[in-house]
Amino acid sequence: MRKIWGIPGGIHPPENKDQSLQQPIAEIALPELLVLPLSQHMGTAAEPIVAVGERVLTGQEIAAAKGLVSAPVHASTSGEIVAIEERAIAHPSGMTDLCMVLRPDGRDQWIELHACEDYTRLDHQQLVEKVRAAGIVGLGGAGFPTAVKLNPRANYDIDTLIINGTECEPYITADDALMQAHADEVVAGTRLLAHMLDNPQQVLIGIEDNKPKAIAAMEAALAAGEGHPGSAVEVCTFPTKYPSGGEKQLIQILTGREVPSEQIPANIGVVCQNTGTAQAAWRAVRFGEPLIARITTVVGEALQTQRNIRARLGTPIAHVLAAHGFDAERCSRLVMGGPMMGFTLPTADVPIVKTTNCILAPSREELPPPPPAQACIRCGMCAEACPASLLPQQLFWYSQAQDYEKLQAYNLSDCIECGACAYVCPSNIPLVQYYRASKSTIRRMETEKEKSDRSRQRFEFHKQRIAREEAEKEAKRAARKKAAEQAKQKLAQARAAGGGERTGGSQADPVSAAMARAQTRQVAPQQQQAKLERAVSSAESRLQRARQRCDEAGDEQRDKLQARVKEAQARLDDARQKLAAHEGTGQAADKPDPVATAIARAQAKMALPPAERLRNNIASLQKRLATARQKLDQARQAGSDTVEALQTGVAKLETKIAATRAELDDLQAGAVPEHAQAPSADSEAATAAIEKAKARAAARADMSPEEKLRSQIESLQDRLQKARLRLEKARADNDDNTDAFRTAAEKLEAKLTQTQQQLQQQPVTTDTSH
Amino acid sequence: MLEFFIQYPIAGAIIALSSLALVFGAILGFAAVRFKVEGDPIVDQLDALLPQTQCGQCGHPGCRPYARAIADGEAINKCPPGGQATINAIANLLDVEAPALDEEHGEESEVKKVAFIREDECIGCTKCIQACPVDAILGTAKQMHTVIADECTGCDLCVEPCPVDCIDMLPVASTVEDWKWDLPAAGTYKVELIATDGDRHGAPAPQQKSGRGEAA
Repeated sequence: MRKIWGIPGGIHPPENKDQSLQQPIAEIALPELLVLPLSQHMGTAAEPIVAVGERVLTGQEIAAAKGLVSAPVHASTSGEIVAIEERAIAHPSGMTDLCMVLRPDGRDQWIELHACEDYTRLDHQQLVEKVRAAGIVGLGGAGFPTAVKLNPRANYDIDTLIINGTECEPYITADDALMQAHADEVVAGTRLLAHMLDNPQQVLIGIEDNKPKAIAAMEAALAAGEGHPGSAVEVCTFPTKYPSGGEKQLIQILTGREVPSEQIPANIGVVCQNTGTAQAAWRAVRFGEPLIARITTVVGEALQTQRNIRARLGTPIAHVLAAHGFDAERCSRLVMGGPMMGFTLPTADVPIVKTTNCILAPSREELPPPPPAQACIRCGMCAEACPASLLPQQLFWYSQAQDYEKLQAYNLSDCIECGACAYVCPSNIPLVQYYRASKSTIRRMETEKEKSDRSRQRFEFHKQRIAREEAEKEAKRAARKKAAEQAKQKLAQARAAGGGERTGGSQADPVSAAMARAQTRQVAPQQQQAKLERAVSSAESRLQRARQRCDEAGDEQRDKLQARVKEAQARLDDARQKLAAHEGTGQAADKPDPVATAIARAQAKMALPPAERLRNNIASLQKRLATARQKLDQARQAGSDTVEALQTGVAKLETKIAATRAELDDLQAGAVPEHAQAPSADSEAATAAIEKAKARAAARADMSPEEKLRSQIESLQDRLQKARLRLEKARADNDDNTDAFRTAAEKLEAKLTQTQQQLQQQPVTTDTSH
Repeated sequence: MLEFFIQYPIAGAIIALSSLALVFGAILGFAAVRFKVEGDPIVDQLDALLPQTQCGQCGHPGCRPYARAIADGEAINKCPPGGQATINAIANLLDVEAPALDEEHGEESEVKKVAFIREDECIGCTKCIQACPVDAILGTAKQMHTVIADECTGCDLCVEPCPVDCIDMLPVASTVEDWKWDLPAAGTYKVELIATDGDRHGAPAPQQKSGRGEAA
């Protein structure tokens, strides 16, 4: 016989346990709706994983655990999820919380379960996972996820497992009934839990001596399983006293060890589980059965039948009461839990959850409304009754004064809220209510403190950030100012050095040089105007010609010609605009606009490196090609006769892109070293190229298409020659870019032949137009 | 040496006292350097008591500046978010009489509030983001903004700058997690606690005793 230790304090209220033990555990009919709260346990609420309207099977997971300290929720029967909404839950506040509402279909069709014959073959993690997945939480009342308790941190050396079958609170007989009816399962569960905790030295099942039948059943079950490997399991009985069943109290009674303040039993090497939890864990591992029902005591004089039932989780209490002949007239109040630690339910519409061990519907005679409280007479009976050796009277005073510092100093957090002090109080002071209120205020203050610390940090960071941004902005501003001043100085220097004439000085700003050149080239306004007028008239005549040709040409040519008409029109518009601008500025100011625009254009081009420019060209060409192809496709689909023309257009665009690409390659291959050598020379070259191109464009404006083509061919030939030279040189030097040069030359050749072909075609069309 | 002191007691006393003064002066000087306190500890303590809403209702740009001002002698009743509880705590710390809240700076609100942006009305002007003292508003120019409710202190500062008036201050809904038991009202105890079992109440005292005996 092992030594039984004592606990301080404690009381002996009338037990009232016989009423509910007269009948075996019963099942009641399924209700119309099952309401499954997502938070039936301690920790984070579960997250729904099925949608409204979905059909679920019994035991199917409908809400998944979120985080470590959490537990999943399973469908208690098969049916349809009709809503996921806020519903009243079993909570002293009477508040609502998110619940899944399940309409049973009455078939109770189980999901496929994964049984396990021999759990010793599974490793620890697999077993913990099975317990977690089954949604098992402490069924004694607190609802702490069991899997977390079974996975103690490595630094806790667990040497004792205690299965709590004490059930010290009056009226409640759920564990008693379970042990009487399913002692074998409880014992198997005990052995499973012991196995999961690496078979601690002692495995104790603690039962108060007021449950002789349960003790006998458990001992018989233990004897039947004699010779089981693993730790020896011992049933320990001890005298009945409230609150022996508190976790810390039971540990003290059975081991003599006290759980230190603010610590958990694992700190002193003990894990404590409820008998119901042990049985549920066993069923979860052995049969793969999740927690969908629990044994609940339904008791009280306001009921006709008082017994234990196996209730599906989510069954509304109103439904349970209806099945037990509830007389609302006689009932003083509805209580969930026992008379000592339970709470009054604001409504009977709340569901049974995993932690509901008792529904108490007492009559007025049985549990009368408490008489009004009187002043504390400092009798000290509460201190004698306190099982945690606290000073309830002091705590009461400080709670009234809302002196939270003092309350913490008097270890309010160690109060287990058993109600022994309030039970013995001759002044009927609801002491525990004071403690609960103070505890929750302290908890709230702590969370608020945490939050305010966080906002302080965020505010400090915000200030820092603003200061940093301001500093950065200031630095940027200073840098910009400095750069602007430097540029101004340079410009002034260049002006002084250039003196209005181009000296070709390499350090002079190319832009200012270009400006200077443009100014020197500036011709008399009259001359300019005459030139522009010529341009307009020539553009007009060209447009007319193009239109004529367009009218006369055949269908296959029309598209091309129309494009040409458009082009001519655009050119005419351009010329007219220029003329108008010139006339405007010529009258108003000395500085003619075209020069300025030319300068601007040159500047823009200068800004772009040649490679960039070519890339831009390619991009725009590709865009054009894409639209051309689209048109071609459309024409093909429509069976239009412009297909051919469009095809040639596409081909031309393609070759053009290829040519530009080659040029780009060329540039990248050849120009890079040059670029590195003399950037100023390069930019000079760029300006020269711009000038040349402009001159060419001006010359071409007066040329006929035929001439244009000729000049094109000439330039192409020129370029081809250059490309060939380059290729040869590259070959001689064994350059890496030889291939690029070769393709460039090939492309140029192709382009040249194409242009030549065009030229051959040209006279024909010209002939037809004339 | 001893003879000299006996012969000239005055000079001896002066020498002894001045050497003591030198020694202690050196110790104090060393302590002043070695154990120098960075910053003002009273400001930190005051700052810890303030609610950190950073709302500026006290007339200071944030809680810490107000803490500094209190340390410099400003009135302690200018913090409406903290309310009477904060005033009492500060009064306790400074050991002064706790005044009532100065209503000029705002009224104490019973419920905590949190900013909420009606997102379909937000034009993405970033004005509220700039106003938020704790960076609890998320968003960028021309994009919808939203409030990180967990970080919002309910300071109200974002409401005024909003050009389309799309920010509401909503009361924080109480949830089951943060629900709090009420202290029983003095005198009229409306009791929720059940620890009143059996025939104890209304029954004569001897019966009560026998009832307990039965249980034991």
